Amino acid sequence: MPIENDIRIKAEDVNFYYGNTRAIKNLNIDFYTNKVTSFIGPSGCGKSTFIRLLNKMNELVPNTRVEGSIYLDGKDILAKKVDVVKIRRKVGMVFQKPNPFPKTIYQNIAYGLEINGERNKKKISEDVEQALIKAALWHEVKDRLHDNALRLSGGQQQRLCIARCLAVNPEVILFDEPCASLDPISTNKIEELILDLKKQYTIVIVTHNMQQAARVSDFTAFMYLGELIEFAQTSKIFTVPKEKQTESYLSGKFG
Amino acid sequence: MKNKIIEKLGFAFITLGVLISLIFLFAIICFIASKGLKAISWEFLTSVPKNAMTAGGIAPAIVGTFYLTIAAIIFALPLGLASAIYLNEYSPKSFVVNVIRMSVNNLAGVPSVIFGLFGLAVFVKFLGFGVSIISGSLTLGILILPGIISASQEALMAVPNSIREASLALGATKWQTIKNTVVPAAIPGIMTGVILSIGRAAGETAPILFTAATFYKRGYPDSIFSEVMALPYHIYALMTEGTKPEKQIFIAYGCSLVLLAAVLLISAAAIFLRNKYRSEYAN
Repeated sequence: MPIENDIRIKAEDVNFYYGNTRAIKNLNIDFYTNKVTSFIGPSGCGKSTFIRLLNKMNELVPNTRVEGSIYLDGKDILAKKVDVVKIRRKVGMVFQKPNPFPKTIYQNIAYGLEINGERNKKKISEDVEQALIKAALWHEVKDRLHDNALRLSGGQQQRLCIARCLAVNPEVILFDEPCASLDPISTNKIEELILDLKKQYTIVIVTHNMQQAARVSDFTAFMYLGELIEFAQTSKIFTVPKEKQTESYLSGKFG
Repeated sequence: MKNKIIEKLGFAFITLGVLISLIFLFAIICFIASKGLKAISWEFLTSVPKNAMTAGGIAPAIVGTFYLTIAAIIFALPLGLASAIYLNEYSPKSFVVNVIRMSVNNLAGVPSVIFGLFGLAVFVKFLGFGVSIISGSLTLGILILPGIISASQEALMAVPNSIREASLALGATKWQTIKNTVVPAAIPGIMTGVILSIGRAAGETAPILFTAATFYKRGYPDSIFSEVMALPYHIYALMTEGTKPEKQIFIAYGCSLVLLAAVLLISAAAIFLRNKYRSEYAN
């Protein structure tokens, strides 16, 4: 395991409740800088709920409650007086279903820059290009930047969402089942992209696809019924899982 | 076999319903057009009434209706949109808010003459605006407010939550998200509501009866505090007052046709916008 200094995010005793239902139970985990950590586990085990805590998206869900601490660069983001906007600028997110704005491709990416106060048109245009290049979408869209983003294919839309996220320069990127609605070729492109992005970003990905976890991640966390059952290097967890439950999940016995 | 007969009967019944509705619609249009077309001329549309309403044009009434409608929208749109944004984006899902929502919907069912009386009591008398464009348009504004609120609310509700999340996840504040993402995506729907409200405001008679309209005015209104002629009221007045009904009725049909054409045009624009809106979200 990497040394303490490389820990980017540290979650301590996190509990999360939807009403009276405890969806996450005493979860402790560390995420390492420039590594990909994947969450696997059956539907409803709390993996999406958990990563949505990392950029405070669950605050939008009414009637929920969170306990514990999540430290990002040493500061507890679950503390009361934290500025959500600042956290979300540091921790970007790509969602399960591609969700481009009903605007042009260009505007989709310029949006994040503009709300961050960038006014210089030339700078915005350069950053848009850079983001699209990083997301491996530039060559497909450079001649139609002013088309409506909703006309792109599903896979292209998802890469546009990744580009949109990259444009605001986050440090951590959360992927919530980013390939759930994509075909195998688009999935492959996104996976290559994730491997490329980890050089610069700390990445957390939720996936239902165990092969995907094996292909893209350095660390894997297995969750079941709101608990973190096992967390280890991906190579270890897929070959010599310590827990019985992990082993039976990986071998397809449940889930 | 029995099912087939029921199926056929059901279909026949539905078709008949549609046909009857269409017959009424076309009957009204044909009736008004056949009687009104004779009155329509360039002079009719652009000149002032002459000889105690028995000749001349209806230009002041067209202009008056235009003023009243525009002012009503200017008043009701910001207020209605703000209310809709509050109700849909900010308000907690509580009992009180549900009561507010229900009240807004009920307000839409209040008869328009009640709005007229309210306008008379509050704007004309209490606030001292007198019978004027401002009193009339504020009354019309209140009349169309519930429609604008519910149309805007529906349009905002139709904006998928994933888009709000996308914006917030980029570090946008709630206000930035509403202003730059949610409202622009809802604009076509809001526009549909506004345009239908224009039709409503232009056509209503009762609310302006006591608050804005006058049967005859020499020339055009000179300020928002002057009374105006308006198409719907002009029709009413031509049919109930005056000394030469046989000449007035002819002008009344002309007015009706102008008003009908204006409202139909506006509705067509609404349908056009709504279709455009649908196709953008069909993806």
